[in-house]
Amino acid sequence: MRSTFWLAGAALLALAQPANAGDTIKIGFVSTFSGPTAVIGNDMRNSFELALDHMGRKMGGKNVEVIYEDDTFKPDVGKQKTQKLIESDKVDFIAGYIWSNVLLASLKPIVDSKTMMVIANAGPSQVAGELCSPYVFSTSWQNDQTPAAVGEYMNQKNVKSVFLIGPNYAAGKDMLAGVKSTFKGEIKGEEYTVWPSQLDFSAELSKARASGAASIFVFYPGAAGVQFLNQYSQAGLKATMPLYTAFTIDETTLPLQKDNAIGVPGAQQWVNDLPNDANKKFVSDFRAKFKHGPSFYGAQAYDAAQLINSAVVAVKGDTSKKEEMRKAMEKADFKSVRGAFKFGNNHMPIQNFYLQDVVKGTDGELGLKTVATIVKDSQDRFHDKCPMK
Amino acid sequence: MLLVVEQLLNGLQFGLLLFLLAAGLTLVFGIMDFVNLAHGSLYMMGAYFAATFAAWTGSFIIGIVLALGATLLLGMVLEYVALRHLYGRDHLDQVLGTFGLILFFNDAVRLIWGPAGLSLPLPAWLTVPIQIVPGVFYPSYRLAIIAVSLVVAALLYLVVMRTRVGMLIRAGASNREMIGALGINIRLLFTLVFGLGAALAGLAGLMQAPILTVQIGMGENILILAFVIIVIGGIGSIRGAFLAAIFVGMIDTLGRAYAPDLLRHLLSPTAASTAAPALSSMLIYLLMAIVLVVRPEGLFPASKR
Repeated sequence: MRSTFWLAGAALLALAQPANAGDTIKIGFVSTFSGPTAVIGNDMRNSFELALDHMGRKMGGKNVEVIYEDDTFKPDVGKQKTQKLIESDKVDFIAGYIWSNVLLASLKPIVDSKTMMVIANAGPSQVAGELCSPYVFSTSWQNDQTPAAVGEYMNQKNVKSVFLIGPNYAAGKDMLAGVKSTFKGEIKGEEYTVWPSQLDFSAELSKARASGAASIFVFYPGAAGVQFLNQYSQAGLKATMPLYTAFTIDETTLPLQKDNAIGVPGAQQWVNDLPNDANKKFVSDFRAKFKHGPSFYGAQAYDAAQLINSAVVAVKGDTSKKEEMRKAMEKADFKSVRGAFKFGNNHMPIQNFYLQDVVKGTDGELGLKTVATIVKDSQDRFHDKCPMK
Repeated sequence: MLLVVEQLLNGLQFGLLLFLLAAGLTLVFGIMDFVNLAHGSLYMMGAYFAATFAAWTGSFIIGIVLALGATLLLGMVLEYVALRHLYGRDHLDQVLGTFGLILFFNDAVRLIWGPAGLSLPLPAWLTVPIQIVPGVFYPSYRLAIIAVSLVVAALLYLVVMRTRVGMLIRAGASNREMIGALGINIRLLFTLVFGLGAALAGLAGLMQAPILTVQIGMGENILILAFVIIVIGGIGSIRGAFLAAIFVGMIDTLGRAYAPDLLRHLLSPTAASTAAPALSSMLIYLLMAIVLVVRPEGLFPASKR
């Protein structure tokens, strides 16, 4: 009895497997869906799902199956989930990744198996440079680009000196290096904090104040950004040391940061009010479906779905044609919600960065608004190190 | 020099906050011989209650008072309903049971309050920095934490050392079977002690909430530090927890503040700034390892039979 049961199961599996591989486009999506940063992962998943809705849940005439995996904010778990998606689910595409350290840990199995990949957030310098791969694309940015734009803006504001604070992991180091690459004033000090366990920044804030710097720059994504802003304003530094940020204030953190975030500038390649049609549709449909606005994480996930779709359409659903898919993706031939952009030789976007500010809307709710374009067609600093031409 | 004063205050404030968490843990562990991994969940619940009640009533103070009562009650109910059945069991069973409670509380919070977390805004009078000595401004809220923690520590000392309940608690820590045999209602005592421990954890959580965020799993990282403290201080010893907490708070803060500068003399600046956070976060565990080797019973153990 038992053996017939197993036999039947095995037969079912054997029958199901090839049928699946032919009719469905399988996408693995790795992000954080548990713990406090689940807010980010949910925003990405919601946006990815919305993009599929907009495509009628089909790509190149085929059904789409998305397998979401939770990296639990840990590089080792992220790597396991990535291997599972590649080896047992045999996905055609892999997408997502919030954290640079999770991405770096997961990269090897993806590149080795030549799985087509679209990174929807993390942008470690290594992936833009020496670790670039023909199969890896990004719909976000290279880490240094955003803080480099903030550095430019600080030059425009004639800021004389800055104290840099960031978390001690791959992205934190890239971010501080990014500001340093463009900021022309003096760097009065630089502090790295333990990531992600350190929650109290009193020692660093005291040092920043004692350094006599004219301003502070920080990179604290997710909940850490809420905590930093709390402590920064409680320390009374808002009046004396203006704060400049990258990836610290967004739609996922604003409901908790509230008034602390008002008047704190940041840079981003996408803001919810960018006036292109694709973006208007994305933002308004997202609001209608989820009752709140999307964040840049979501915008990047939405674009990731579109980029994958452009590849599948180009090969009419035959995902074995990887070379053709790669060529199609390199054209970035879709209506990005950030407006038109191009891919560099390393498959990182060449794109504009905007100054964003926190404003109170008519309903009293805080939101983000584009103030100005800081840099046009910014390309990351590492594309020369990428052997692909 | 002024920076040193400020960093010492930072260390003291962090240490005192850790004491509140560790005091409850050491009471429960020392007196009831019960390993409570869910102590961090009570810390989280304190913060969630405070944020909710403060939003309902519109008052920060009323919010935290109600939240303290609510965590006390929650602790007692929890003890009565669930933990009571684990007392006779092996420590490993208790770890498993209370680990299950962590998962339960995390998901309960997700269901009730949603995954996004809450914030507990401070009243305006607590957000202005105060000049303590000329040239040193310190956030008034952090000073308030120092003051409240010291008062609680003093009260706890008085209760444990000078009252009848405190005598029973100390007796329980020394020899549980004996006070049971002497006709003390040990069940009620345990419920009270657990409720007190829960309220202390809740107090730590709600005081930390305006500095950090109120979020799921907020108690898990800090609970590890609390365990380190009770190991260093000696299990069951309030005095040990107090001194060890301040010690750990100082080491953590001063390590973060000065390790990068010290390391810069030895390493290149980039290597130093990367290595320093890692090293300073190791210091506490190094200390614990040394204490475990030299004095396995802790620096200030509660007196045994």
